[in-house]
Amino acid sequence: MALVGAAGWTLLALSRGEEVSAAWMVAAALGSYAIGYRFYARFIATRVLKFDRTRATPAERLNDGVDFHPTDRRVLLGHHFAAIAGAGPLVGPVLAAQMGYLPGTIWIIVGVVFAGAVQDMVVLFFSTRRDGRSLGQMAREEIGVAGGAAALLAAFAIMIILLGVLALIIVNALAQSPWGTFSIGMTIPIALLMGFYLRVLRPGRVTEVSLIGVALLLLALVAGRWVADSSWADTFTLEPGTLVVWLVAYGFIASVLPVWTLLAPRDYLSTFMKIGTIGLLAVGVLVTVPNLRMDAVTDFAGRGDGPVFAGSLFPFVFITIACGALSGFHALISSGTTPKMVQKETQIRMIGYGSMLMESFVAVMALVAASIIDPGLYFAMNAPAGVIGDTVQSASQAVAQFGYSISPDQLAAAAKAVEEHTLLSRTGGAPTLAVGVADIFSQVFGGAGMKAFWYHFAIMFEALFILTALDAGTRVGRFMLQDMLGNVYKPFRRVSWKPGLVLCSAAVVALWGYFLWVGVHEPLGGINQLFPVFGIANQLLAAVALTVCTTLLVKSGRFKWAWITGVPLVWDATVTLTASWQKVFSGDPKVGFFTQRAVYQDAIDAGKVLPPAKTMDDMHTVVTNSTVDGVLSAVLALLIVVVIADAARVCVRHLRDPAATRLSEAPYVRSAIVAPAGLVASKEEKAELAAAERSGP
Amino acid sequence: MSAAPAVAAARRGLRWMRWYVRELTGESAYERYVAHVRQHAPDAPVPGRREFERQRAAAREGDPRSGFRCC
Repeated sequence: MALVGAAGWTLLALSRGEEVSAAWMVAAALGSYAIGYRFYARFIATRVLKFDRTRATPAERLNDGVDFHPTDRRVLLGHHFAAIAGAGPLVGPVLAAQMGYLPGTIWIIVGVVFAGAVQDMVVLFFSTRRDGRSLGQMAREEIGVAGGAAALLAAFAIMIILLGVLALIIVNALAQSPWGTFSIGMTIPIALLMGFYLRVLRPGRVTEVSLIGVALLLLALVAGRWVADSSWADTFTLEPGTLVVWLVAYGFIASVLPVWTLLAPRDYLSTFMKIGTIGLLAVGVLVTVPNLRMDAVTDFAGRGDGPVFAGSLFPFVFITIACGALSGFHALISSGTTPKMVQKETQIRMIGYGSMLMESFVAVMALVAASIIDPGLYFAMNAPAGVIGDTVQSASQAVAQFGYSISPDQLAAAAKAVEEHTLLSRTGGAPTLAVGVADIFSQVFGGAGMKAFWYHFAIMFEALFILTALDAGTRVGRFMLQDMLGNVYKPFRRVSWKPGLVLCSAAVVALWGYFLWVGVHEPLGGINQLFPVFGIANQLLAAVALTVCTTLLVKSGRFKWAWITGVPLVWDATVTLTASWQKVFSGDPKVGFFTQRAVYQDAIDAGKVLPPAKTMDDMHTVVTNSTVDGVLSAVLALLIVVVIADAARVCVRHLRDPAATRLSEAPYVRSAIVAPAGLVASKEEKAELAAAERSGP
Repeated sequence: MSAAPAVAAARRGLRWMRWYVRELTGESAYERYVAHVRQHAPDAPVPGRREFERQRAAAREGDPRSGFRCC
């Protein structure tokens, strides 16, 4: 395994000027994961956290047969993986490919081994030792009120930006696409039907209803092509502005309806689709072994003037790719549902670290998919319309200026191959990924004739996640808001109080709807402007999680091992605070929001219109948006500084007077469960299991 | 050569798949719950499956953070 990894890295590092096979990227990833899992994760498990196989987990002690129950490790691995992996690992790597495939690959692999997977495993461990406490509760209990409140506020802000950006990705993928819009629209009646089936006809029969749902989904996908070719096409050809209205209305209605109508059935559908598609993608990549056509490192990495997002390699690659390398959101899953189901402490390595490695592999495959398409097409799809214009001729010229070449005919042919009107400025990552996936899939299944089908399959697959996330995320945001407002006016906290529920839902939807609206109407390109803010927000959540981990390591007498999460924390804080700093203070108007604002404000005062803005209204939009984005970046950074400072205070106090520290760890109870730690039982474990069976229950 | 061992292996594999999918989707949640209650009190009243699934949905309604998935 080590040799495979080393060979992969060597080839990636040494090959210059010619196309490299994606197989080397896969080899480098798998080899590194194996080493990381075998040695580093094991070291943390046995030497630092000291998993105790005799200690009963909350699932065993508090077993209620519903929330808390010891779950088979293989089931929980699937469960946890399905909960952490979604659209995130598929989008970030695609955008980061503008710097070339190498920086992204290195960050995804090194990041996951030393930071992302470590964070997930350590959070899962500490939450398991605390009866499945949430990250927010742990921050409040272990750090303090100020740090806890700042963490909560940061989480809320992050949720809002996340939902705005996810919705923007959907809008960019569905605008002017009757096929896509129809098939995604059909997922709503399909989900309602499934919900009715599960609620009324056959309660709890999840597998059969999911199979029915997936079949209907594929039918909707095929029907989408007929609709796009029929007289209905105009009805489903929507402008981005119209889609915004639809999405906001959907988000609000879905989040106030009972969970069984839309959310639960959609969850089942997207889980089935997710596992199926990721599996297919892995097979596709391994069977076709495509060549990477993107440069290893593009000129944008050094110059920092890339069209997809502005800024140089450091720090912006590291915030663009979050999921797959280091994702703060995982800390919310690792503290919450999963710790209540862990059967044995010793399995935490496989579930926490292992799941994250799997997600990282998904990110590597997304990077492969983005790097095998023609770089010219990649830039034409991902540069904002303000930069490349809206004809294939202007786009071809703009791409030539970036240093790549693609003819207008090639651009038109690429759109035709997937049966779209245009692929220009399809920013957000999802359409690019879909083109790459369609390329890979059509080589294995169905040939060139199936390319359009696979493209829309991939779009639907991402849209399905994102619509579910809009619904679920709005609910979580509403819950946080209700909790916060409950401090002011008690009834808000009662989730059954309808006016509070509707009001808070509307507020959350309005907030993310605002960012969505802004993103769609942004003359400078919504993804270009908002994605860095989203990346900063996401990585700041990771900083909160790593801070909680580090504090807990210190407080539990593991000070000499605090670097395990301390070093990733320092790295993550450096990256995100540098990025926020640049976004706030940079003198380059492409990077710094306030400089951007000043440049456009000066032009307005002088009565001039600066491209890419076309009108004075556009100019005012830019000024307002850059002010909002700038203030937001600053506030987020400030919140995190508060969390880290508060945590540092707690750590110093502990080191001065360790005796005064109280840990809120649940007391030790002896475990009666015998179960293997890893995926496959070792020889000793098999003997142990057999012995346990003989002695009987 | 006889095909019997292969058939038996395939059957075992399918049974495992079925078990895995039911566990993963939560389809077996009701049986697990009933088994859990019966283990402690063999005669205890248990809700019907319909009722149980409704309670589960209501619990999720009450705290949207449970069952939350990452982007």
